[in-house]
Amino acid sequence: MTSRLVLMNAASLRLAVGRMAHEIAEHHSGSSRIILLGVQTGGIHLATRLSVELESLLSLPVPAGQIDVSLHRDDLSQRPAPTLHPTNLPGDLNGAIVILTDDVLFSGRTIRAALDAMNDYGRPEAVQLAVLIDRKGHRQLPIQPDYAARRLDTRPTQRVDVRWVEDGGDDCVYLEKP
Amino acid sequence: MIWNRRHLLDIESLSVEELLTVLDTARGFKAVGNRAIKTVPALRGKTVINLFVEPSTRTRISFEIAAQRLTADVVNFNADSSSLKKGETLRDTARNLEAMNADIIIIRHSAAGAPHFLARFLQCSVINAGDGAHEHPTQALLDVFTMREKKGRIEGLKVTIVGDILFSRVARSNIWALKKLGAKVTLCGPPTLVPRVFEQLGCRVCSDVHEALHDADVVNLLRIQHERQRPSMFPGVGEYRAQFGLDKARMAGLKPDVLIMHPGPINRGVEIDADTADGDRSVILEQVTNGLAVRMAVLYLVTGNDPGFVKN
Repeated sequence: MTSRLVLMNAASLRLAVGRMAHEIAEHHSGSSRIILLGVQTGGIHLATRLSVELESLLSLPVPAGQIDVSLHRDDLSQRPAPTLHPTNLPGDLNGAIVILTDDVLFSGRTIRAALDAMNDYGRPEAVQLAVLIDRKGHRQLPIQPDYAARRLDTRPTQRVDVRWVEDGGDDCVYLEKP
Repeated sequence: MIWNRRHLLDIESLSVEELLTVLDTARGFKAVGNRAIKTVPALRGKTVINLFVEPSTRTRISFEIAAQRLTADVVNFNADSSSLKKGETLRDTARNLEAMNADIIIIRHSAAGAPHFLARFLQCSVINAGDGAHEHPTQALLDVFTMREKKGRIEGLKVTIVGDILFSRVARSNIWALKKLGAKVTLCGPPTLVPRVFEQLGCRVCSDVHEALHDADVVNLLRIQHERQRPSMFPGVGEYRAQFGLDKARMAGLKPDVLIMHPGPINRGVEIDADTADGDRSVILEQVTNGLAVRMAVLYLVTGNDPGFVKN
């Protein structure tokens, strides 16, 4: 039997995204061109929501896109081939500040793959990482988030499940224990 | 997404879900082909061997480029200058290639079942690039991919295949793929080359070219395979062109949005005239482009690994 604990409800998730947007806006109040890139598939809604918030905070276009990392994963020969998803870049990465977004940061391997995938498209001025949930202590690579709504102590066997209104249902974050 | 095969040997044994997995994955790879940097590291460190015992340019080059775009190392095997000429058996040739740590062997062979034979004793992946008159799975996949992309669906689509069906592996693989995905398939050609036995696969067999073509959404023209032909079965080039060749006059009787397809190589002036082959309803070159995406998808999928993989 798996038990399920609510870590964030709809209201707290919305507040957390708003707070993260303010934090990003503080760091980038200059004239830099910011592009949000959601990692397929978990990060795409966070990118879209941050884009809306940041555009109103900065009065600048802050476009959101998606990047697929399937073909850059380091475990391709150890598992069934992952489903491919589209990559859509909303602008030229060269010289831009790219903020990668994902729902949960665990081993860091997905983000490593995303950094590699980005290389094929250009050389951003800087890349930052924004995640909703940072699962501390499980990193397998030297990758840390610049912005995290919540930092959590979890066991490797547990699962963090982030749900978005955009996919149907309510905004919610669950911690599932086996 | 469903895929748990180490090999791609034929279309006949694939489920609808597996067919759709290849087609959806190919859509992703088509996007990769449109980027400035067209290579991805998915097959980095893997060795792919093109074991072409029967001649081919298009399919071999397509597999070669597909493998290179996935960062695999590709070796082309030329049957004419190989030990097969010195009497080595196919089994021994294949085992030697595997002993050099090949990860994927792509085989074209004039004997039906050659890829299945290899898959029985090789540990590496085997991809069928055409076996005799049996199957040519990646050609069918790229044909169906092109139809789906252009028409938005396969289900209910009226597809007419014209030509030498009897000796065509392209026709057989197309029939399997199209029937599984719900298309209505009509076969048309000289009765000697389109026997009624194909009705058992759920196809309509029709020797009247007007009846076969007038309401078709897609017309797939096949080349007359002179290399597999016996003189008693083929009416002659002139008569074939007059009866079944697709030219301007015949095009006028077709649906205005019909797709004209051909797996190549084209014999201009036989099964299709130059105006039609180069005309605005022809998607023949797009088929070639899509072939790359489909072959990248197949290479990518068979490289995935899972203890639950079925043996073929």
